Amino acid sequence: MTSTLDAVGTDARGRTTPVRPPRGPKTRSRAHARRSLARAVPLVPAIGLLVVFLVGPILSSFYGSFTNMSLTGSAAASAEWVGLQNYIDLFKSPDFPVSVWLTLVFLIGSAVIGQNIVGMVLALLMRSGSRWVGALVSTFVVGAWVLPEIVAAFASYAFFSQHGTLNAILAGFGIVGPSWLFAFPMLSIILANTWRGAAFSMLVYSAALQEVPPEITEAAEVDGANGAKRFFLVTLPMIRRSISTNLMLITLQTLSVFTLIYVMTGGGPGNKSMTLPVLAYQEAFKFSELGYGTAIATILLLVGAVFAIVYVRALKTEVD
Amino acid sequence: MKRSRVVVAAVAAAALVALAGCSSSSGGGDGKTIKVAFQDFGSDIMANFMNKAKTDFEKANPGTKVDLVPIKAAENDYYTKLALMNRAATTAPDVMSEDTFLIRADAQAGYLAPLDSYVSKWSDWSNFFDNAKDAGKGDDGKVYGIPTGTDTRGLWYNKQIFAKAGIPTPWQPKNWEDVISAAKKIKAADPGVIPLNIFSGKAAGEASSMQGFEMLMYGASAKGLYDDSSSKWITGSKAFTDALDVIKEVYQGGLGPSQEVTSDTNYQNTINNELVPQGKLAINLDGSWASNAWLPTGATPWADWDKVMGTAKMPTQNGGAPGSISLSGGWTFSMGSKSSAKDTAWKFITFVTDKQRSLEYNINTAGIPVRKDVANDEKYKTSNPTSEFFSSLVAVTKFRPATPDYPKISNGIQVAMESVMTGQATPAQAAKTYDDSVVGIVGKDKTESK
Repeated sequence: MTSTLDAVGTDARGRTTPVRPPRGPKTRSRAHARRSLARAVPLVPAIGLLVVFLVGPILSSFYGSFTNMSLTGSAAASAEWVGLQNYIDLFKSPDFPVSVWLTLVFLIGSAVIGQNIVGMVLALLMRSGSRWVGALVSTFVVGAWVLPEIVAAFASYAFFSQHGTLNAILAGFGIVGPSWLFAFPMLSIILANTWRGAAFSMLVYSAALQEVPPEITEAAEVDGANGAKRFFLVTLPMIRRSISTNLMLITLQTLSVFTLIYVMTGGGPGNKSMTLPVLAYQEAFKFSELGYGTAIATILLLVGAVFAIVYVRALKTEVD
Repeated sequence: MKRSRVVVAAVAAAALVALAGCSSSSGGGDGKTIKVAFQDFGSDIMANFMNKAKTDFEKANPGTKVDLVPIKAAENDYYTKLALMNRAATTAPDVMSEDTFLIRADAQAGYLAPLDSYVSKWSDWSNFFDNAKDAGKGDDGKVYGIPTGTDTRGLWYNKQIFAKAGIPTPWQPKNWEDVISAAKKIKAADPGVIPLNIFSGKAAGEASSMQGFEMLMYGASAKGLYDDSSSKWITGSKAFTDALDVIKEVYQGGLGPSQEVTSDTNYQNTINNELVPQGKLAINLDGSWASNAWLPTGATPWADWDKVMGTAKMPTQNGGAPGSISLSGGWTFSMGSKSSAKDTAWKFITFVTDKQRSLEYNINTAGIPVRKDVANDEKYKTSNPTSEFFSSLVAVTKFRPATPDYPKISNGIQVAMESVMTGQATPAQAAKTYDDSVVGIVGKDKTESK
């Protein structure tokens, strides 16, 4: 939740940055500097909090990834600097490429495809559906979003587990359902995360669609564009920026999903749903290798940074 | 951009934040208030015992206050939680219940206070068995824990299922083959029951390493995992692959519980609180304490358990001397090194490990006493129909190599078991991965190939 709010703020601030003050005489610029300094004062508490609660842990985690810090044993009493050893071990480990791959599958499956498309479809349907249907659907969808993650995770577990709701429904049709969490662990967590996150995309897209002026779509209609053409050639380009922003937010959220996966499958069976956050937890807290765990967290941070750069680039070209 | 990276990192590192936020000194400060952490497992046996001890202790020592910190968690989560608490003086408990296999590691981590100066003045100390005293010692030879009880391990079997499958009871297998063939007979006679449980995989944590893997491994090789004489870990051992072969036969051969059971973090509770009392599991390789779940004070009271369940020694691989095998662990009460009320903490430790409370503890938990006066007490001897059998296993029992590296190596064993039971690796591949991880943990010079 915090991450969402903060990222929205970032985005809002990001949009205002291109507005630069015009260069003027020295006195004017000095006055300007003084004024912006004064304006920055109210930001100090917020920046202080960010430094303490965000930058601090990141730096400590970054530092920890170069040590052999441990939960127990001699390394717990006095951690030693081990340089890049954790990263070397990580890249040599057969578990690591598997985890990166599963993280990408989870990310693309549940965020980029799942939440994004389901959210868009819901937003479109709600726009054309009756108000009553819209209210009902949004209540159900937003419900999943409002639930605390642990509750949503348990609900998904109860739905997909062997004697769960899904198999009970299938049994009603005479079908013996498989044990979803064990036979299809990745599919299960992707569907669960799609269900949980679709509401966010739906809300973003509903708001964006309302901003599309009806005159433009009407003009396209007069020009003979059919529904699909109007959507792909008029509506989509007009809400491009919302799409990029939304993609960035849900990507970053999905990258860090831990509770949902941990509750539903625990990364198993074997390591068949061991995404990077679950792997980091396992190494740090189950296997006591805090240093190694933080190295994985740092890699995760880099993966997030790569995605963020891609999306921010995409946003910029549109603004220009 | 930068801010977004910050956001990702914040979430990614969220689990690690807790570690950064520790500092400042301990609360209380009057030296009269102590914090006591313990694992509140399954049923309320431990909670009831500790609550009673708290009330009695506060009554006997006016002015003192005992804050109980029951940690209701699976075994592995308890260790993690306790280690996290121990990292900071504000959260570190003054007294904690500590698994003997973690004592050396936690002593080396600086979490535990040495108790030598206290036990030297404690008259009760001579009542403890020597091997039990050793289990509470650190690498430096100092005492870091006062033992409460120990345990042994063997086979539990359901006589009713055996009768149905036509296997005569009392049953005592002579080698591994006998165990497997009995399981196969049961599978053929009654496909509805799970023939054999050998704890395995990551979900059951230390139970997989000890009740499962090491009960096999130490029955196939006298040295097991670690060569005591050279202080080196053994790699490339045939016994290791042989033990994994059994895991493969049980889990890939359809003799063991399903993956739904074995990958659940409640695996251990499911076995003893559900599958065994419901008559759905024929043979279970488990600890001497298993029956405490079925006692009237347990999680699943079961009046007829001693009529239905039989016990047998776990045989060695080919029946070689001494014919059977057992492993022992146990728990201690330890004192936190960061405690500011060490004298009160020590008083509490001696209070909960005195004769009367040790007796109560060992009867309630179906434990094996570490005090001579408790072991010889008629009340203990008659308390549980299996106590004589499991006490007799002390003659063949072995201990885990409880070096500070053991917890990490134990994890390596669980990973090897899990990859074999899920079919992701062959026993030979998994053994190779284990060897590599052992070398990675202790270094090449502390291993020897056999």
